[in-house]
Amino acid sequence: MNTITYENPNKIYVTVKAIFFPEGLLRPISLIWEDGREYMIDKVLDIRRAASLKAGGTGLRYTCRIANKETYLFFEEGRWFMERK
Amino acid sequence: MDRVILHSDLNNFYASVECLYRPEIRDKPVAVGGDQEARHGIILAKNYLAKATGIQTGEVIWQAKRKCPALVIVPPNYPLYMRYSHLARDIYADYTDQIEPFGLDEAWLDVTGSCPLFGTGTHIADEIRERIKAEMGVTASVGVSYNKIFAKLGSDLKKPDATTVITPENYKHVVWPLPAGDLLYVGRSTNKKLASCGIIGIGDIAKASPAYLRLRLGKWGEVLWSFANGYDSSPVARAGEESVIKSIGNSITTPRDLETEEDVRMILYILSESVAARLRDHGFKCRTVHIHIRDKDLFTFGAQGKLAQPSAISSEIAEKALAIFQANYTWEKPIRSIGVRGGDLVTAASNIQISLFDDENRRIKQENLEVTLDSLRSRFGHHSVQRAILLQDNDLMSINPKDDHVIHPIAYFKEGRLP
Repeated sequence: MNTITYENPNKIYVTVKAIFFPEGLLRPISLIWEDGREYMIDKVLDIRRAASLKAGGTGLRYTCRIANKETYLFFEEGRWFMERK
Repeated sequence: MDRVILHSDLNNFYASVECLYRPEIRDKPVAVGGDQEARHGIILAKNYLAKATGIQTGEVIWQAKRKCPALVIVPPNYPLYMRYSHLARDIYADYTDQIEPFGLDEAWLDVTGSCPLFGTGTHIADEIRERIKAEMGVTASVGVSYNKIFAKLGSDLKKPDATTVITPENYKHVVWPLPAGDLLYVGRSTNKKLASCGIIGIGDIAKASPAYLRLRLGKWGEVLWSFANGYDSSPVARAGEESVIKSIGNSITTPRDLETEEDVRMILYILSESVAARLRDHGFKCRTVHIHIRDKDLFTFGAQGKLAQPSAISSEIAEKALAIFQANYTWEKPIRSIGVRGGDLVTAASNIQISLFDDENRRIKQENLEVTLDSLRSRFGHHSVQRAILLQDNDLMSINPKDDHVIHPIAYFKEGRLP
């Protein structure tokens, strides 16, 4: 069976640097946006399973503070994505 | 004490998931359709905009397009639907371990024992709906009742994203005015029989005498009567309880109509190989072989026959299937789809009566050969080894029924037992 991929301009897959803790916890440290700039994640405020209607998908949603702004980072099936603002 | 049973139904499941993943089609009429090239060209699911144009599930795609020229048809993505189905089950599992799936998009939950922890059935139903919306981005309708049948009816009453409660106090007002066809297991032909004796609504079934219904419909008559009165007491299966497999089968709509016995022989071999491989996967042998034929005008019939020995050998199953076919099909029309099923299963390890007249060593060799084929195929791919008979037709030989289809609906009545 062929895998179907979805093209969605509002779903932006990003490169994420993360730490896997021995207890199983996964914490993203920084992300690299599509323009190539790297942003540090200052704090993870909340982690829960949630859907993104805007980007179209569902996964673990990390509410992150990046440069004093709150933003969502989703971990879905082994890939990280963000919603386009 | 009355049980508290929920039936959760993910609304327009395939279409909703597709609309979530394709925001650009959310405001358009959308249908999920089978592969047109391979002729599985029917509507599998649709969203509400498509439903409003009168499109029905099961309709062929060109008919649907005629009703609604703007219809957007997307191909099915089963792995994604499976993932979604599991996500829903994970949510249910936070409330109970008694979860009985009914297809990918529906499930019964028995939350009787969880109510002291989580609140009333209605409360749990609302919470589950909220979580499905927030965590999965799709909606569900939930029916709450004191038996499985009414819970299922309830989930069908209000859509999308709604909870419907059917109690011993209100069922006569809520359930009885509904048409008989809404009741689980009242299909087209039962409905016709019921209508012919003036039974139109579920209330009519409930008020008829069980003896009369038995006379008209056989054993099902009484079962339907008890359904209509809310006497259904079948339990909700526990999560993780392996469902008892009654039969293993595969069917296929072929890329082109089958015109000759050679075509049929080829397909029967393909299907039998897959059935035999799946029997071996599960450690079974079958004692009967069923075939199922649909001709190009969608007329359907089935027939079955007994094997001399329980078997998981593809050639024995295929030869039996072919013999049944030859005895039953008159070739008035070309064939569109065909199915083979092994039933009456026994575990492969169980003792068998050795035949005096067959060469048992040959059968054992044959079995070993097929096990070897299984391992070759799992290492090098399904098409790495083929029967020579399949080399005659490129269209037909590309079929791999074992891996192409992963969805097998689960029967309501386990082990053929009536409630």
